[in-house]
Amino acid sequence: MSILIDKSTKLIVQGITGRDGGFHTSKMKEYGTNVVGGTSPGKAGEFVDDVPVFNTVRDAVNKTGADTSVIFVPAPFAKDAMMEAADSGIKLIVCITEGVPTLDVVEAHSFIKSKGASLIGPNCPGLMSPGKSLVGIMPSMVFMEGRTGVISRSGTLTYEVVYNLTENGIGQSTAIGVGGDPVVGLYYIELLKMFENDPETDSIVLIGEIGGDAEEQAAEYIKNHITKPVVAFIAGQQAPPGKQMGHAGAIISSGSGTAAEKIAAFEAVGVPVAKEPKEIPQLLLSRK
Amino acid sequence: MKIHEYQAKEMFSTYGIPVEQSIVCRSVEDAVKAYSRIDSQKVIVKAQVHTGGRGKAGGVKLANDEIELRRHAAAILGMDIKGFRVDRILVGQAVNIAKEYYVSYVIDRRSKSAILMLSKEGGMDIEQVAKETPEKIHKFAIDPLVGVPDYLAREAAFKLFDDVNQVRKAAVIIQKLYKLFVETDASLAEINPLVLTQEEEIIAIDAKMTFDDNALFRHPKIAALNEPTEEEKKELFAKSKGFSYVHLGGEIGCMVNGAGLAMATMDIIKLYGGNPANFLDIGGSSSPTKVIEAMKLLLSDKNVRVVLINIFGGITRCDDVAKGLLEAFDQIKSDVPVVIRLTGTNEKEGRALLKDTDLHVAKTMSKATRIAVELAEQHQI
Repeated sequence: MSILIDKSTKLIVQGITGRDGGFHTSKMKEYGTNVVGGTSPGKAGEFVDDVPVFNTVRDAVNKTGADTSVIFVPAPFAKDAMMEAADSGIKLIVCITEGVPTLDVVEAHSFIKSKGASLIGPNCPGLMSPGKSLVGIMPSMVFMEGRTGVISRSGTLTYEVVYNLTENGIGQSTAIGVGGDPVVGLYYIELLKMFENDPETDSIVLIGEIGGDAEEQAAEYIKNHITKPVVAFIAGQQAPPGKQMGHAGAIISSGSGTAAEKIAAFEAVGVPVAKEPKEIPQLLLSRK
Repeated sequence: MKIHEYQAKEMFSTYGIPVEQSIVCRSVEDAVKAYSRIDSQKVIVKAQVHTGGRGKAGGVKLANDEIELRRHAAAILGMDIKGFRVDRILVGQAVNIAKEYYVSYVIDRRSKSAILMLSKEGGMDIEQVAKETPEKIHKFAIDPLVGVPDYLAREAAFKLFDDVNQVRKAAVIIQKLYKLFVETDASLAEINPLVLTQEEEIIAIDAKMTFDDNALFRHPKIAALNEPTEEEKKELFAKSKGFSYVHLGGEIGCMVNGAGLAMATMDIIKLYGGNPANFLDIGGSSSPTKVIEAMKLLLSDKNVRVVLINIFGGITRCDDVAKGLLEAFDQIKSDVPVVIRLTGTNEKEGRALLKDTDLHVAKTMSKATRIAVELAEQHQI
């Protein structure tokens, strides 16, 4: 097992005829993901790497039985794409697009929730269950099948952490990048809960960064609900207040959201925090 | 993106939120002219700068007559408030305040929605109120698909007022402020204070708006109000080239792909005893041109003694970065040593390209950082 995606996942790609959509469709297929279709209004009947293109998500769902969607459309159209997926019966919507206006995400998220679906992202690398399915843009070669769950707000930092795990023989059950924006879909608590309930996950790595208080909430949740060992890493200790560090959500405002507060919150509930990604494997092994 | 109080008040007026009569001025003479046009003997002179704490810094003064107005205008114009030079003042009618309140809309990460915040503790630093007496702040999460219906605006207004006539007036302001917040893609719309005057009027005597940078593409008029500082200009220039840059002041320049990894790189430099000069995320796909631009930006910082490049290839291909670097060094002559770490997509090809160069190539982030810190120490000036 794994969480959210596995071998039975049927994926469609929204924006499949674009440069990124097309490129990653091939990468995901190559990895073994069951990509059943894609959408691009006005391009029905075309194929991208043998994957059929539909005009609407509803057509794609009706013809293929897709349950998961990954979105590569440009930021101004991302809200509409997320809502279209939810309205057409897609249950897991993964939005890769960066730079989506916050209020668009607020509106789309509320709509998605009302349809009983889940959102991951936007501004995220997607997720991967090694050996089973890749939905998004993660570089598959650094991953290895295994029993550690990974949750992160970042893209390349996730790869860095996973690379260190794999090099030390620690495989992953599922790795998820939740996205770097202030408002995104599934977050630490929902995902911690899923990993806790997944019989094939034994331990969890949580990668946080400055901005907001989600790490503090996660620490509180871990204390009360998580029995599996958790190791954390927090990026941005050197970030100056008031400056946005690349991610729209990575900003220390009015002295709150600092790395020091987050590290203290984890340490207070017995979750060790690695000083650098290289330390994570040892910390995990020592907790098993 | 921030705007000035007077600009926010113009938006308030457009949306029908009552504000006091006021005129923005750039000189003492302007201020005198404005004074003659305002229907009030007493006026407030306020510095217009992109920072809080204007009052404490002496940037807000009451003038009872023209002589005082001239004196205050002259003192405030040109003043330095937290590094911002005052080049505009707002001259506004002084109102007879009976009570002060706080009203704002802000994006709440936890409820993934806009929230309305209100407090009877107006005119104070709201963060301090939130910290010390959180029970004095009332919050309402707004369903984006519904907005702020009459009943909700009324319920919120009753948190501030007892008199139903005042509640009705405040409820309208609460709804109009939400409309403004949503229609301009704001990340903050704040009235602090909203005042009840002795004449029983409710008006906004301060106004603060911040906007979502990601939404500026659909608000060209708001985007045109941007007044970046010198430091922000460099950041904006970097943004126009497709990367994000923040100056930090240390001696090790960093170029990294991805924001999280870039932050972690800064942290590890510090952990190993060095000081990062900057945060620089060159983003997902990195063409050689992007690498050249990034390299130029790093080397334009005269404090930089070593450049550390940390690339984890996902979408970014290591050979592209290597090609970019080779081209960059053809164009830029520099003695600054460069340490590079390449892992991920096409790493072998990338490293092969850099084999016969002066670059220090390392396989892991820790090794590369250690080398960079050592080189920075050797190149102490």
